[in-house]
Amino acid sequence: MKEILSGNEAFARGAYEAGIQVVTGYPGTPSSEIIKTIGELYTKDIYTEWSTNEKVAMDAAAGAAYSGRRSMVTTKQVGMNVLSDSLLYAVYTGAEAGLVVVTADDPGLFSSQNEQDNRWYARLAKIPTLEPQDSQEAKDFVVKGIEISEKFDTPVLIRSVMRVSHSKTIVKLSERSEISKKVDKFPRNIPKYNCTAMYAKKMHAKVEKRILDIQEWLETSNLNKIEWRDTKIGIITSGVVHTYVRDVFPNASILKLGMINPIPKKLIKDFALKVDKLIIIEELDPVLEEQIKALGIAVHGKDIFSPCYELLPDRMKEFATKAGLLKTEKSPENKYGELLKNLPVRSPVFCPGCPHRSSFYVMNKLKVPVAGDIGCYNLGSMPPFNAQHTMGSMGASIGVLHGISLAKISENAVCTIGDSTFFHSGIPPLINMVHNGGRGVVVIMDNSSTAMTGHQDNPGIGWSVTRDRKAKKIEIEPLVRAMGVEKVVTVNAFNVKEVKEGFEECLKFNGVAVLITKGECIFVSRNPKPAFTVNTEKCIACHECFKVGCPAVVMDIVKNEKNGKFKAKIDPTLCNGCSVCSQVCPTGAIEATRPGKESLAE
Amino acid sequence: MKNINFLVAGVGGQGTILASDIMAETGMLIGYDVKKTDVLGLAIRGGSVISHIRWGEKVDAPMSMRGKVDYLLAFEPIEALRQITFLNKESTVVFNEYKIPPVTVSNGLSIYPSDDVIEKTLKDSAKKICSINATNKAVEAGSVKAMNVMMLGALSLFLDINTEIWEKAIKKFVPERFKELNLKVFHVGREIMEKKENFV
Repeated sequence: MKEILSGNEAFARGAYEAGIQVVTGYPGTPSSEIIKTIGELYTKDIYTEWSTNEKVAMDAAAGAAYSGRRSMVTTKQVGMNVLSDSLLYAVYTGAEAGLVVVTADDPGLFSSQNEQDNRWYARLAKIPTLEPQDSQEAKDFVVKGIEISEKFDTPVLIRSVMRVSHSKTIVKLSERSEISKKVDKFPRNIPKYNCTAMYAKKMHAKVEKRILDIQEWLETSNLNKIEWRDTKIGIITSGVVHTYVRDVFPNASILKLGMINPIPKKLIKDFALKVDKLIIIEELDPVLEEQIKALGIAVHGKDIFSPCYELLPDRMKEFATKAGLLKTEKSPENKYGELLKNLPVRSPVFCPGCPHRSSFYVMNKLKVPVAGDIGCYNLGSMPPFNAQHTMGSMGASIGVLHGISLAKISENAVCTIGDSTFFHSGIPPLINMVHNGGRGVVVIMDNSSTAMTGHQDNPGIGWSVTRDRKAKKIEIEPLVRAMGVEKVVTVNAFNVKEVKEGFEECLKFNGVAVLITKGECIFVSRNPKPAFTVNTEKCIACHECFKVGCPAVVMDIVKNEKNGKFKAKIDPTLCNGCSVCSQVCPTGAIEATRPGKESLAE
Repeated sequence: MKNINFLVAGVGGQGTILASDIMAETGMLIGYDVKKTDVLGLAIRGGSVISHIRWGEKVDAPMSMRGKVDYLLAFEPIEALRQITFLNKESTVVFNEYKIPPVTVSNGLSIYPSDDVIEKTLKDSAKKICSINATNKAVEAGSVKAMNVMMLGALSLFLDINTEIWEKAIKKFVPERFKELNLKVFHVGREIMEKKENFV
């Protein structure tokens, strides 16, 4: 049977076909749809959950694999930094059943804070690593990964990128293979599973031997493929970049690596001998290039192709042409360059009806320093709010706020963190801040959702992706109080006045204050209210409503003759009736189309 | 055989990805190899969204190179403009006339180009340009959400594919309770395009 699947849907299908029984992970673009798909299609055969963070997910998968259950963990590239602490011990121990980790990297930074190349983790952890080029391989490599994992008693890493995870290609489906080894008791095997130094010493030697064994096995496996064409140029590449190479260099010979750690040294040497010029084409870092150079082979790579961003076919062609690898083609003149440069940028914005809008409107007015975190609320760093002044990694906001208070500058600062991010990694820094006597306002923006990555559940929500959909809801306010925070204020995020007063009260507090702004993500509540409308008679074109940065509030063609500015109007096809713009309008010109209907602000 | 390359451009929330899923499915149903790629994640929060779809005997890269797109389907006028470097003198552009000015326009940080500029630039960049106000027509038909499928109906007129195949693909992707509406608007889009006398 054939189906068009995204790479992530194919990873999920692969988990099903490989007989995997436990899948854990934390949401993160571009990896999130793997667990989403398992939750939708395969929970009869696979237990899956959104864990509180990637490390917890890795530990849980390791524990399940120790107990004889084939397991898989999913993460985005930066989640790997959180997960790696546990991955490194799992590489030492191995497990009773197959264990696969899928990392989805984000070359091009479509939704990440950096462009790290997780193939370095393959080398650091000494873990065998597969890199699929499309959805078919995404599925097949999970099955292959489990096979390798069990054959060599090691976790296996599968490295995806956004263009594999989020592209869709045709996949041939197979049946589920059941696990043959039945384990009913937990193995009491201390020398294998307890990484005390005396045992870990032996484990390290085992890991070194294992990677050599895999390398030898790899030379004759069908994971790496040579496509012979013209031998003037030979290209070594892997993953989705292989498909770009095919379009840009249709005549070149190609060695396409399916396993990228370890690399097949003999095969590479043989290939190098038969081509005139050897080029390594890889996105991001020269991970393959450095290893191949270390074999004493002369290659080109990052001297031609940039280590930044995606190497999409157009860009690959540009670099190759510049280096003389391809003939220069006459490109059509681009007489609209200037026009394209000046087109209005359509950056992501808070959705109409978003509960975060009011807080950023208020923070912009209060002009406070804001340490930010990762989630939709980082959109508050954009105009018109310009009110998230830092953002670095998950949970960092609270630690940075603590640091600001340690600096004893003249300003009192705040930080913003979402509910899911708070559970992920905001709890230890808040405890640290309270324990060590920091000062500042921690704003927990509780929209009852892990929104930015696609509205997954988190511990603050009473449902989950698990089979029975049930989950215990953990309330943030009592949790924060139990951590010793003395000032805790909870406000309705849609009520601008309440939000403003909440900020003022917390900023006055001499210590750690927590402001919880509660309001459901419009995608979770699925409860849009009737659209608002601008009463043109009353509108004085002061443009205060534009300061809430809502895509539904747009400029009218009618002017206020006095100040010569265009009045406001509301696009009824976009407005979700949250009323935030109407609350900030000084003349009451923004009115409900159906007054009396319950309001989100009350 | 030459690949057929499509590009769908829209604004987050307009159903760009769903439309491109339907196009990929249609390609597979008529026997092509198919690949598509789009940008998800943070980029859907009201930002520009694009999907590349390629049909062919064997498709390698999931995205087209500049100047190689045969059909550009745009759900908003400036989203069409943004993609003109992908077009060539044989390309066809079908776009939705309904404007969604980015917040940078209401904040005074940028200016929305005039209708004349939009029309002239598109005409200059492709062979055929046609447009309908699919947002308004979709609202009339029952839901603004169906705009994307109405635009597919408009595009379908340029492709020699049995409408039953399109319908099969649409039924696979739209929720049960919206099937009837979507099949209806698909034909509305197609009929509006049929009645357009002069393509530019």
